[in-house]
Amino acid sequence: MTAPLPISLHVNGERVDAQVLPRLNLADFLREQLKLTGTHVGCEHGVCGACTVRVNGEIVRSCLMLAAQTHGASVETIEGLSDSGEIADLQAAFRDRNALQCGFCTPGMLIAAQDLLKQEPEPGRERIREHLSGNYCRCTGYQAIIDAVEATARARMGDKP
Amino acid sequence: MKASAFSYARAASVGNAIELLVAHGERAKVLSGGQSLMPAMNLRLVAPELIVDIGDLTELRGIAVSGGIVTIGALTRHADLLKSSEIAAHTPLLTDAVAHVAHPAIRNRGTIGGSLAHADPASELPACMVALNATIIINGSAGERRVPASDFFTGIYETVLSAQELLVAVEIPIGPKNSAHFFCEFARRHGDYAIVGLAAQAVVENDMLTDLRPVFFAVGDRPVLAKAAAKLVKASITPALLSEASENLSEELDPPEDQQASSSMRRHLAKVLLARCVSALLGRPDLGSGGSL
Repeated sequence: MTAPLPISLHVNGERVDAQVLPRLNLADFLREQLKLTGTHVGCEHGVCGACTVRVNGEIVRSCLMLAAQTHGASVETIEGLSDSGEIADLQAAFRDRNALQCGFCTPGMLIAAQDLLKQEPEPGRERIREHLSGNYCRCTGYQAIIDAVEATARARMGDKP
Repeated sequence: MKASAFSYARAASVGNAIELLVAHGERAKVLSGGQSLMPAMNLRLVAPELIVDIGDLTELRGIAVSGGIVTIGALTRHADLLKSSEIAAHTPLLTDAVAHVAHPAIRNRGTIGGSLAHADPASELPACMVALNATIIINGSAGERRVPASDFFTGIYETVLSAQELLVAVEIPIGPKNSAHFFCEFARRHGDYAIVGLAAQAVVENDMLTDLRPVFFAVGDRPVLAKAAAKLVKASITPALLSEASENLSEELDPPEDQQASSSMRRHLAKVLLARCVSALLGRPDLGSGGSL
């Protein structure tokens, strides 16, 4: 049973059929088998948030989920969110406010921030901090990241940024 | 790091999961939400030969209220607890506590059964189960057994659950109308494991505590129900009485020392939490002042 398992899932809207070893986690599956390298692998034990993706519409740590567990699921990565234009305004706000330096944490930050904005259109700075508390930025860009998320929320509510 | 190689079986039913656990015993591990097991496997702290994935067992998921009891299936996720209006109405201690469990992405996967079976002494839900007088429901090849939460936890990552058994649900009795609760924890950052935490369930009548179950976590090898609280029950609480109870609490606890905090710091923080708890439950700001940091 350590042999590869067949899985079928949707990734960014496209049907994927693959064979995966039981030990393969979702992050490595996305990066190495599907070449979707926007999902970053940092700590590999659920602390840093760089590997955040959406599974069935909800954000999860892809390093803490086996690829085998995504059989029948719908997975969305930063490539999917980016290509669909869903977060174009959030990405622009990150750029405008220098909310990224090296960019390693950025895909996870964007996915986590978009998750909050979908649930709460007008979160305060405290709520933004709380929702992003599981995502580390080692360039210490937190203030600018919160600024960017707050500005995006305001713009989506129809205010001027 | 990456997990070492293992075999994988997707359980088709509770019976099937138990068959697999009986056949493989200590060599197998149950995979629920995986938010504690996967990190441990990635760090090679555990290397099971077989993973029994119970994720498809939808019968283990959900919250039901009936006959004064809230039943929570083992696969109910932290995110489900946080959003549940039934939990907020009947066991609001859990709603407060779950907001402190890790981060949204972890709460979308982590389950109550997984958290309890894992039995990390610094985690929130085990303490809540003891405070709420919950019963843990366990299935095995011999059938079902029911264990009071206060007897379930036996040490660091240790419970009465055997390698051949599956935790399937918890039952929580709904408290009387004048029930009150308190939850607070100290952590370096939001979502981190607590340095010291307190989950308390109480009954308040005429400005008096007629029942109080304060359960501390991250102060020992399992959740600790503070015996020192007994003198605060059915008593007219003065700052002097509270201070006496705090001293007793300090003697009763034997907290570990680690890189987060010394033993004496944990004792101090536990006393602060007890004062804040009593102050909040009775709506008496004068009592909370004994809890200055």
